[in-house]
Amino acid sequence: MEALISGFFNLQILAEAAPYLLRGLGMTLLLCLVAIPLGVAGGLALALMSTVNSRLVRWSAIVYTDFFRAFPPLVLLLFIAYGLPFLGFKPPPFVAVAIAFLLNTSSYYGEILRAGIESVPGGQHEAARSTGLSRWQSLRLVVAPQAIRNVGPDLVSNTLEAVKLTSIASVVALPELLYVARQVQSVTYNATPVIAAGIIYLLLLWPLVRLLSRYERQAVQIH
Amino acid sequence: MNNLIDTFFNLAVMRQYLPQVIQGMGVTVMLAGVVVAAGLLLGFVLAVLRSLRIKPLNVLIVLFADVFRAVPALVILIILYFALPSVGIRMSGFVSAWLGLSLVLAAFAEEIVWAGILSVPRGQWEAARATGLGVGQCMRLVVLPQALRLTVAPLTSRAIVITKNTALASVLAVGEILYQAQAGYAFSYNPSPLTLGAVAYLILFIPLVWLGRWVEGRFAWKR
Repeated sequence: MEALISGFFNLQILAEAAPYLLRGLGMTLLLCLVAIPLGVAGGLALALMSTVNSRLVRWSAIVYTDFFRAFPPLVLLLFIAYGLPFLGFKPPPFVAVAIAFLLNTSSYYGEILRAGIESVPGGQHEAARSTGLSRWQSLRLVVAPQAIRNVGPDLVSNTLEAVKLTSIASVVALPELLYVARQVQSVTYNATPVIAAGIIYLLLLWPLVRLLSRYERQAVQIH
Repeated sequence: MNNLIDTFFNLAVMRQYLPQVIQGMGVTVMLAGVVVAAGLLLGFVLAVLRSLRIKPLNVLIVLFADVFRAVPALVILIILYFALPSVGIRMSGFVSAWLGLSLVLAAFAEEIVWAGILSVPRGQWEAARATGLGVGQCMRLVVLPQALRLTVAPLTSRAIVITKNTALASVLAVGEILYQAQAGYAFSYNPSPLTLGAVAYLILFIPLVWLGRWVEGRFAWKR
Protein backbone atom coordinates (compact mmCIF):
# COMPACT_ATOMS: atom_id res chain seq x y z
CA MET A 1 0.00 0.00 0.00
CA GLU A 2 2.81 2.34 0.97
CA ALA A 3 4.60 1.61 -2.31
CA LEU A 4 1.39 2.15 -4.23
CA ILE A 5 0.85 5.58 -2.71
CA SER A 6 4.41 6.77 -3.11
CA GLY A 7 4.61 5.32 -6.63
CA PHE A 8 1.21 6.33 -8.00
CA PHE A 9 -0.25 9.05 -5.81
CA ASN A 10 2.84 10.91 -4.68
CA LEU A 11 1.72 14.42 -3.74
CA GLN A 12 5.21 15.85 -3.78
CA ILE A 13 5.78 14.66 -7.35
CA LEU A 14 2.30 15.83 -8.28
CA ALA A 15 3.07 19.33 -7.04
CA GLU A 16 6.21 19.39 -9.17
CA ALA A 17 4.40 18.00 -12.20
CA ALA A 18 1.29 20.18 -11.92
CA PRO A 19 2.47 23.20 -13.97
CA TYR A 20 3.64 20.92 -16.79
CA LEU A 21 0.44 18.89 -16.71
CA LEU A 22 -1.64 22.07 -16.89
CA ARG A 23 0.31 23.26 -19.90
CA GLY A 24 -0.18 19.83 -21.49
CA LEU A 25 -3.90 20.01 -20.76
CA GLY A 26 -3.96 23.40 -22.47
CA MET A 27 -2.39 21.86 -25.57
CA THR A 28 -4.89 18.97 -25.49
CA LEU A 29 -7.78 21.44 -25.31
CA LEU A 30 -6.32 23.54 -28.13
CA LEU A 31 -5.96 20.41 -30.22
CA CYS A 32 -9.61 19.53 -29.56
CA LEU A 33 -10.68 23.05 -30.44
CA VAL A 34 -8.90 22.84 -33.79
CA ALA A 35 -9.40 19.18 -34.68
CA ILE A 36 -13.03 18.60 -33.75
CA PRO A 37 -14.53 21.54 -35.70
CA LEU A 38 -12.33 20.55 -38.66
CA GLY A 39 -13.60 16.97 -38.42
CA VAL A 40 -17.24 18.07 -38.14
CA ALA A 41 -16.87 20.43 -41.11
CA GLY A 42 -15.22 17.74 -43.20
CA GLY A 43 -17.88 15.25 -42.14
CA LEU A 44 -20.63 17.68 -43.07
CA ALA A 45 -19.09 18.13 -46.51
CA LEU A 46 -18.94 14.34 -46.95
CA ALA A 47 -22.54 13.92 -45.80
CA LEU A 48 -23.70 16.61 -48.23
CA MET A 49 -21.74 14.93 -51.01
CA SER A 50 -23.73 11.76 -50.41
CA THR A 51 -27.01 13.63 -51.06
CA VAL A 52 -26.20 14.98 -54.53
CA ASN A 53 -27.35 13.33 -57.72
CA SER A 54 -23.96 12.77 -59.31
CA ARG A 55 -22.93 9.17 -58.81
CA LEU A 56 -19.25 10.11 -59.07
CA VAL A 57 -19.49 12.55 -56.16
CA ARG A 58 -21.48 10.09 -54.05
CA TRP A 59 -19.04 7.28 -54.66
CA SER A 60 -15.96 9.35 -53.97
CA ALA A 61 -17.46 10.27 -50.59
CA ILE A 62 -18.05 6.58 -49.83
CA VAL A 63 -14.56 5.54 -50.93
CA TYR A 64 -13.01 8.30 -48.83
CA THR A 65 -15.08 7.36 -45.79
CA ASP A 66 -14.35 3.64 -45.98
CA PHE A 67 -10.67 4.22 -46.69
CA PHE A 68 -10.07 6.41 -43.68
CA ARG A 69 -12.32 4.43 -41.38
CA ALA A 70 -10.25 1.35 -42.12
CA PHE A 71 -7.00 3.09 -41.15
CA PRO A 72 -6.10 3.07 -37.48
CA PRO A 73 -5.58 6.78 -36.69
CA LEU A 74 -2.12 6.17 -35.26
CA VAL A 75 -1.02 4.61 -38.56
CA LEU A 76 -2.36 7.60 -40.44
CA LEU A 77 -0.60 10.00 -38.10
CA LEU A 78 2.78 8.28 -38.41
CA PHE A 79 2.39 8.02 -42.16
CA ILE A 80 1.85 11.77 -42.34
CA ALA A 81 4.50 12.70 -39.80
CA TYR A 82 7.21 10.43 -41.27
CA GLY A 83 6.12 10.39 -44.90
CA LEU A 84 5.48 14.05 -45.71
CA PRO A 85 9.08 15.15 -45.03
CA PHE A 86 10.12 12.93 -47.95
CA LEU A 87 7.92 15.07 -50.18
CA GLY A 88 9.84 18.12 -49.07
CA PHE A 89 7.26 19.31 -46.57
CA LYS A 90 8.11 18.81 -42.93
CA PRO A 91 4.98 19.61 -40.97
CA PRO A 92 5.31 20.76 -37.36
CA PRO A 93 3.80 18.07 -35.06
CA PHE A 94 0.67 20.14 -34.50
CA VAL A 95 0.01 20.39 -38.23
CA ALA A 96 0.69 16.68 -38.78
CA VAL A 97 -1.76 15.84 -36.01
CA ALA A 98 -4.36 18.26 -37.36
CA ILE A 99 -4.15 16.74 -40.86
CA ALA A 100 -4.43 13.19 -39.51
CA PHE A 101 -7.40 14.20 -37.37
CA LEU A 102 -9.14 15.95 -40.24
CA LEU A 103 -8.81 12.84 -42.42
CA ASN A 104 -9.79 10.40 -39.68
CA THR A 105 -12.55 12.11 -37.72
CA SER A 106 -14.20 13.65 -40.79
CA SER A 107 -14.79 10.14 -42.14
CA TYR A 108 -16.53 9.13 -38.89
CA TYR A 109 -18.56 12.32 -38.60
CA GLY A 110 -19.40 12.01 -42.30
CA GLU A 111 -20.76 8.50 -41.86
CA ILE A 112 -22.85 9.56 -38.86
CA LEU A 113 -24.26 12.68 -40.51
CA ARG A 114 -25.01 10.72 -43.69
CA ALA A 115 -26.98 8.17 -41.63
CA GLY A 116 -28.76 11.10 -39.99
CA ILE A 117 -29.81 12.61 -43.31
CA GLU A 118 -30.96 9.20 -44.54
CA SER A 119 -33.03 8.73 -41.38
CA VAL A 120 -35.27 11.65 -42.35
CA PRO A 121 -38.05 10.38 -44.62
CA GLY A 122 -37.80 11.62 -48.22
CA GLY A 123 -41.32 13.04 -47.96
CA GLN A 124 -40.02 15.70 -45.57
CA HIS A 125 -37.68 17.04 -48.20
CA GLU A 126 -40.32 16.85 -50.90
CA ALA A 127 -42.90 18.61 -48.76
CA ALA A 128 -40.40 21.33 -47.89
CA ARG A 129 -39.54 21.80 -51.55
CA SER A 130 -43.21 22.00 -52.52
CA THR A 131 -43.79 24.81 -50.03
CA GLY A 132 -41.31 26.80 -52.09
CA LEU A 133 -38.13 26.30 -50.04
CA SER A 134 -34.98 25.91 -52.07
CA ARG A 135 -32.93 22.71 -51.93
CA TRP A 136 -30.48 24.30 -49.54
CA GLN A 137 -33.19 25.85 -47.34
CA SER A 138 -35.00 22.54 -47.13
CA LEU A 139 -31.78 20.82 -46.07
CA ARG A 140 -30.90 23.47 -43.53
CA LEU A 141 -34.33 24.18 -42.04
CA VAL A 142 -36.16 20.87 -42.36
CA VAL A 143 -33.84 17.91 -42.85
CA ALA A 144 -30.77 18.89 -40.81
CA PRO A 145 -32.53 19.63 -37.49
CA GLN A 146 -34.26 16.23 -37.57
CA ALA A 147 -31.14 14.46 -38.83
CA ILE A 148 -28.97 15.84 -36.06
CA ARG A 149 -31.48 14.92 -33.40
CA ASN A 150 -31.70 11.37 -34.73
CA VAL A 151 -27.95 10.81 -34.56
CA GLY A 152 -27.28 12.89 -31.42
CA PRO A 153 -25.98 9.91 -29.42
CA ASP A 154 -23.58 8.91 -32.19
CA LEU A 155 -22.28 12.46 -32.43
CA VAL A 156 -21.64 12.53 -28.68
CA SER A 157 -19.96 9.15 -28.80
CA ASN A 158 -17.75 10.18 -31.71
CA THR A 159 -16.78 13.43 -30.03
CA LEU A 160 -15.79 11.47 -26.93
CA GLU A 161 -13.59 9.27 -29.12
CA ALA A 162 -12.10 12.31 -30.87
CA VAL A 163 -11.10 13.94 -27.58
CA LYS A 164 -9.52 10.70 -26.35
CA LEU A 165 -7.78 10.31 -29.68
CA THR A 166 -5.77 13.50 -29.10
CA SER A 167 -3.60 11.38 -26.78
CA ILE A 168 -1.96 9.70 -29.79
CA ALA A 169 -0.35 13.04 -30.62
CA SER A 170 2.10 12.14 -27.84
CA VAL A 171 3.67 9.59 -30.20
CA VAL A 172 4.88 12.39 -32.51
CA ALA A 173 6.15 14.44 -29.55
CA LEU A 174 3.41 17.06 -29.51
CA PRO A 175 3.50 18.30 -25.89
CA GLU A 176 -0.11 17.50 -25.01
CA LEU A 177 -1.27 16.02 -21.71
CA LEU A 178 -0.05 12.44 -22.16
CA TYR A 179 3.28 13.51 -23.65
CA VAL A 180 4.19 15.87 -20.81
CA ALA A 181 3.02 13.30 -18.26
CA ARG A 182 5.39 10.73 -19.75
CA GLN A 183 8.21 13.26 -19.88
CA VAL A 184 7.80 14.11 -16.21
CA GLN A 185 7.51 10.41 -15.41
CA SER A 186 10.82 9.68 -17.08
CA VAL A 187 12.52 12.53 -15.23
CA THR A 188 11.12 11.70 -11.78
CA TYR A 189 11.09 7.89 -12.14
CA ASN A 190 7.61 8.02 -10.71
CA ALA A 191 4.30 7.05 -12.26
CA THR A 192 2.26 9.74 -10.48
CA PRO A 193 2.21 12.15 -13.46
CA VAL A 194 0.78 9.51 -15.80
CA ILE A 195 -1.86 8.51 -13.26
CA ALA A 196 -2.67 12.20 -12.81
CA ALA A 197 -3.04 12.57 -16.57
CA GLY A 198 -5.45 9.65 -16.56
CA ILE A 199 -7.47 11.30 -13.81
CA ILE A 200 -7.54 14.60 -15.72
CA TYR A 201 -8.91 12.82 -18.80
CA LEU A 202 -11.47 11.12 -16.59
CA LEU A 203 -12.67 14.39 -15.05
CA LEU A 204 -12.73 16.07 -18.45
CA LEU A 205 -14.74 13.35 -20.17
CA TRP A 206 -16.94 12.05 -17.37
CA PRO A 207 -19.88 14.31 -18.32
CA LEU A 208 -19.76 13.06 -21.92
CA VAL A 209 -19.64 9.44 -20.76
CA ARG A 210 -22.66 9.95 -18.50
CA LEU A 211 -24.55 11.68 -21.30
CA LEU A 212 -23.74 8.77 -23.59
CA SER A 213 -25.14 6.24 -21.10
CA ARG A 214 -28.33 8.20 -20.81
CA TYR A 215 -28.68 8.40 -24.59
CA GLU A 216 -28.12 4.67 -24.96
CA ARG A 217 -30.83 3.95 -22.44
CA GLN A 218 -33.27 6.26 -24.19
CA ALA A 219 -32.46 4.80 -27.59
CA VAL A 220 -33.65 1.35 -26.57
CA GLN A 221 -36.61 2.43 -24.49
CA ILE A 222 -38.43 4.50 -27.08
CA HIS A 223 -39.00 1.91 -29.79
CA MET B 1 6.73 11.13 -59.98
CA ASN B 2 9.59 8.65 -60.13
CA ASN B 3 10.83 10.13 -56.93
CA LEU B 4 7.44 9.59 -55.32
CA ILE B 5 7.38 5.93 -56.34
CA ASP B 6 10.94 5.46 -55.15
CA THR B 7 10.06 6.98 -51.81
CA PHE B 8 6.70 5.47 -50.95
CA PHE B 9 6.51 2.39 -53.18
CA ASN B 10 10.10 1.26 -53.31
CA LEU B 11 9.76 -2.40 -54.33
CA ALA B 12 13.22 -3.43 -53.19
CA VAL B 13 12.60 -2.05 -49.70
CA MET B 14 9.10 -3.47 -49.63
CA ARG B 15 10.29 -6.94 -50.57
CA GLN B 16 12.83 -6.82 -47.78
CA TYR B 17 10.30 -5.94 -45.08
CA LEU B 18 7.31 -7.87 -46.40
CA PRO B 19 7.96 -10.94 -44.20
CA GLN B 20 8.05 -8.80 -41.04
CA VAL B 21 4.86 -6.98 -41.96
CA ILE B 22 3.10 -10.29 -42.67
CA GLN B 23 4.30 -11.56 -39.33
CA GLY B 24 2.94 -8.34 -37.82
CA MET B 25 -0.43 -9.05 -39.43
CA GLY B 26 -0.49 -12.35 -37.56
CA VAL B 27 0.19 -10.59 -34.26
CA THR B 28 -2.46 -7.94 -34.99
CA VAL B 29 -5.07 -10.60 -35.79
CA MET B 30 -4.18 -12.60 -32.69
CA LEU B 31 -4.24 -9.55 -30.41
CA ALA B 32 -7.54 -8.36 -31.90
CA GLY B 33 -9.02 -11.84 -31.49
CA VAL B 34 -8.14 -12.23 -27.81
CA VAL B 35 -9.19 -8.64 -27.06
CA VAL B 36 -12.61 -9.02 -28.67
CA ALA B 37 -13.22 -12.39 -26.99
CA ALA B 38 -12.20 -11.26 -23.51
CA GLY B 39 -13.73 -7.79 -23.78
CA LEU B 40 -17.15 -8.93 -24.96
CA LEU B 41 -17.25 -11.77 -22.44
CA LEU B 42 -16.34 -9.53 -19.51
CA GLY B 43 -18.75 -6.81 -20.61
CA PHE B 44 -21.54 -9.34 -20.93
CA VAL B 45 -20.86 -10.84 -17.50
CA LEU B 46 -20.73 -7.39 -15.87
CA ALA B 47 -24.04 -6.37 -17.47
CA VAL B 48 -25.75 -9.55 -16.24
CA LEU B 49 -24.27 -9.06 -12.76
CA ARG B 50 -25.58 -5.49 -12.80
CA SER B 51 -29.09 -6.74 -13.47
CA LEU B 52 -29.03 -8.49 -10.07
CA ARG B 53 -29.25 -4.95 -8.68
CA ILE B 54 -26.88 -5.40 -5.74
CA LYS B 55 -26.18 -1.78 -4.81
CA PRO B 56 -22.48 -1.82 -3.85
CA LEU B 57 -21.64 -4.12 -6.76
CA ASN B 58 -23.47 -1.87 -9.20
CA VAL B 59 -21.61 1.20 -7.98
CA LEU B 60 -18.35 -0.60 -8.73
CA ILE B 61 -19.51 -1.73 -12.18
CA VAL B 62 -20.66 1.77 -13.14
CA LEU B 63 -17.38 3.21 -11.86
CA PHE B 64 -15.43 0.66 -13.90
CA ALA B 65 -17.45 1.40 -17.03
CA ASP B 66 -17.09 5.17 -16.64
CA VAL B 67 -13.36 5.09 -16.00
CA PHE B 68 -12.52 2.82 -18.90
CA ARG B 69 -14.78 4.71 -21.29
CA ALA B 70 -13.46 8.14 -20.33
CA VAL B 71 -9.71 7.51 -20.19
CA PRO B 72 -7.98 7.16 -23.59
CA ALA B 73 -6.86 3.64 -24.42
CA LEU B 74 -3.28 4.79 -24.97
CA VAL B 75 -3.14 6.23 -21.44
CA ILE B 76 -4.42 2.93 -20.04
CA LEU B 77 -1.86 0.91 -22.00
CA ILE B 78 0.93 3.20 -20.84
CA ILE B 79 -0.14 2.92 -17.21
CA LEU B 80 -0.28 -0.88 -17.45
CA TYR B 81 3.05 -1.23 -19.19
CA PHE B 82 5.18 1.66 -17.92
CA ALA B 83 3.64 2.48 -14.52
CA LEU B 84 2.62 -0.83 -12.96
CA PRO B 85 6.20 -2.17 -12.84
CA SER B 86 6.95 0.47 -10.21
CA VAL B 87 4.64 -1.39 -7.82
CA GLY B 88 6.12 -4.71 -8.81
CA ILE B 89 3.55 -5.80 -11.44
CA ARG B 90 5.33 -6.66 -14.66
CA MET B 91 3.51 -7.77 -17.81
CA SER B 92 4.77 -8.20 -21.36
CA GLY B 93 3.71 -5.64 -23.95
CA PHE B 94 1.31 -8.13 -25.51
CA VAL B 95 -0.36 -8.97 -22.19
CA SER B 96 -0.59 -5.26 -21.25
CA ALA B 97 -2.17 -4.42 -24.61
CA TRP B 98 -4.54 -7.37 -24.35
CA LEU B 99 -5.59 -6.49 -20.82
CA GLY B 100 -5.93 -2.74 -21.45
CA LEU B 101 -7.89 -3.00 -24.69
CA SER B 102 -10.08 -5.79 -23.26
CA LEU B 103 -10.98 -3.63 -20.27
CA VAL B 104 -11.89 -0.72 -22.55
CA LEU B 105 -14.04 -2.94 -24.76
CA ALA B 106 -15.62 -4.53 -21.68
CA ALA B 107 -16.58 -1.11 -20.33
CA PHE B 108 -18.37 -0.14 -23.55
CA ALA B 109 -19.88 -3.61 -23.99
CA GLU B 110 -21.23 -3.59 -20.43
CA GLU B 111 -23.06 -0.32 -21.07
CA ILE B 112 -24.47 -1.55 -24.39
CA VAL B 113 -25.66 -4.92 -23.02
CA TRP B 114 -27.05 -3.21 -19.93
CA ALA B 115 -29.05 -0.81 -22.11
CA GLY B 116 -30.28 -3.87 -24.00
CA ILE B 117 -31.39 -5.58 -20.80
CA LEU B 118 -33.18 -2.41 -19.67
CA SER B 119 -35.01 -2.27 -22.98
CA VAL B 120 -36.93 -5.44 -22.15
CA PRO B 121 -40.14 -4.27 -20.48
CA ARG B 122 -40.56 -5.19 -16.80
CA GLY B 123 -43.77 -7.02 -17.67
CA GLN B 124 -41.67 -9.62 -19.47
CA TRP B 125 -39.77 -10.33 -16.25
CA GLU B 126 -42.91 -10.46 -14.20
CA ALA B 127 -44.72 -12.70 -16.64
CA ALA B 128 -41.75 -15.05 -16.88
CA ARG B 129 -41.40 -15.16 -13.09
CA ALA B 130 -45.13 -15.77 -12.74
CA THR B 131 -44.92 -18.85 -14.95
CA GLY B 132 -42.52 -20.28 -12.41
CA LEU B 133 -39.15 -19.60 -14.05
CA GLY B 134 -36.24 -18.88 -11.70
CA VAL B 135 -34.26 -15.65 -11.90
CA GLY B 136 -31.48 -17.33 -13.92
CA GLN B 137 -33.92 -19.06 -16.27
CA CYS B 138 -35.87 -15.85 -16.71
CA MET B 139 -32.67 -14.02 -17.64
CA ARG B 140 -31.40 -16.73 -19.97
CA LEU B 141 -34.64 -17.72 -21.69
CA VAL B 142 -36.69 -14.53 -21.77
CA VAL B 143 -34.69 -11.36 -21.21
CA LEU B 144 -31.32 -11.98 -22.87
CA PRO B 145 -32.66 -13.28 -26.20
CA GLN B 146 -34.64 -10.07 -26.61
CA ALA B 147 -31.93 -7.82 -25.19
CA LEU B 148 -29.06 -9.18 -27.26
CA ARG B 149 -30.75 -8.66 -30.61
CA LEU B 150 -30.65 -4.93 -29.99
CA THR B 151 -27.00 -4.99 -28.97
CA VAL B 152 -25.58 -6.72 -32.07
CA ALA B 153 -25.04 -3.53 -34.11
CA PRO B 154 -23.47 -1.34 -31.42
CA LEU B 155 -21.34 -4.21 -30.11
CA THR B 156 -20.04 -4.94 -33.61
CA SER B 157 -19.08 -1.35 -34.30
CA ARG B 158 -17.46 -1.04 -30.88
CA ALA B 159 -15.50 -4.25 -31.40
CA ILE B 160 -14.27 -2.99 -34.78
CA VAL B 161 -13.12 0.29 -33.23
CA ILE B 162 -11.20 -1.58 -30.56
CA THR B 163 -9.46 -3.86 -33.07
CA LYS B 164 -8.14 -0.75 -34.82
CA ASN B 165 -6.74 0.31 -31.46
CA THR B 166 -4.39 -2.69 -31.58
CA ALA B 167 -2.07 -0.28 -33.45
CA LEU B 168 -1.54 1.44 -30.10
CA ALA B 169 0.28 -1.70 -28.93
CA SER B 170 3.20 -0.59 -31.13
CA VAL B 171 3.96 1.97 -28.42
CA LEU B 172 4.52 -0.98 -26.03
CA ALA B 173 6.89 -2.60 -28.57
CA VAL B 174 4.43 -5.37 -29.45
CA GLY B 175 5.48 -6.69 -32.85
CA GLU B 176 2.20 -6.00 -34.64
CA ILE B 177 1.85 -4.39 -38.07
CA LEU B 178 2.61 -0.80 -37.16
CA TYR B 179 5.60 -1.74 -35.00
CA GLN B 180 7.12 -3.82 -37.82
CA ALA B 181 6.42 -1.09 -40.37
CA GLN B 182 7.99 1.55 -38.14
CA ALA B 183 11.04 -0.62 -37.53
CA GLY B 184 11.40 -1.14 -41.28
CA TYR B 185 11.12 2.60 -41.84
CA ALA B 186 13.75 3.31 -39.19
CA PHE B 187 16.22 0.77 -40.61
CA SER B 188 15.81 1.69 -44.27
CA TYR B 189 15.08 5.38 -43.78
CA ASN B 190 12.46 4.96 -46.46
CA PRO B 191 8.71 5.20 -45.80
CA SER B 192 7.86 2.25 -48.09
CA PRO B 193 7.51 -0.13 -45.11
CA LEU B 194 4.91 2.29 -43.73
CA THR B 195 3.04 2.06 -47.04
CA LEU B 196 3.23 -1.70 -46.71
CA GLY B 197 1.85 -1.48 -43.18
CA ALA B 198 -0.96 0.79 -44.35
CA VAL B 199 -1.88 -1.72 -47.07
CA ALA B 200 -1.82 -4.52 -44.50
CA TYR B 201 -4.29 -2.58 -42.34
CA LEU B 202 -6.54 -1.92 -45.33
CA ILE B 203 -6.55 -5.62 -46.20
CA LEU B 204 -7.59 -6.51 -42.65
CA PHE B 205 -9.97 -3.65 -41.90
CA ILE B 206 -11.81 -2.76 -45.11
CA PRO B 207 -13.81 -6.01 -44.85
CA LEU B 208 -14.53 -5.17 -41.20
CA VAL B 209 -15.78 -1.69 -42.15
CA TRP B 210 -18.11 -3.32 -44.68
CA LEU B 211 -19.20 -5.94 -42.16
CA GLY B 212 -19.96 -3.15 -39.70
CA ARG B 213 -22.06 -1.29 -42.23
CA TRP B 214 -23.98 -4.45 -43.13
CA VAL B 215 -24.63 -5.38 -39.50
CA GLU B 216 -25.75 -1.83 -38.76
CA GLY B 217 -28.37 -2.00 -41.49
CA ARG B 218 -29.44 -5.50 -40.50
CA PHE B 219 -29.70 -5.08 -36.72
CA ALA B 220 -30.34 -1.37 -36.17
CA TRP B 221 -31.06 -0.18 -32.61
CA LYS B 222 -34.67 0.46 -33.47
CA ARG B 223 -36.68 -2.63 -34.28
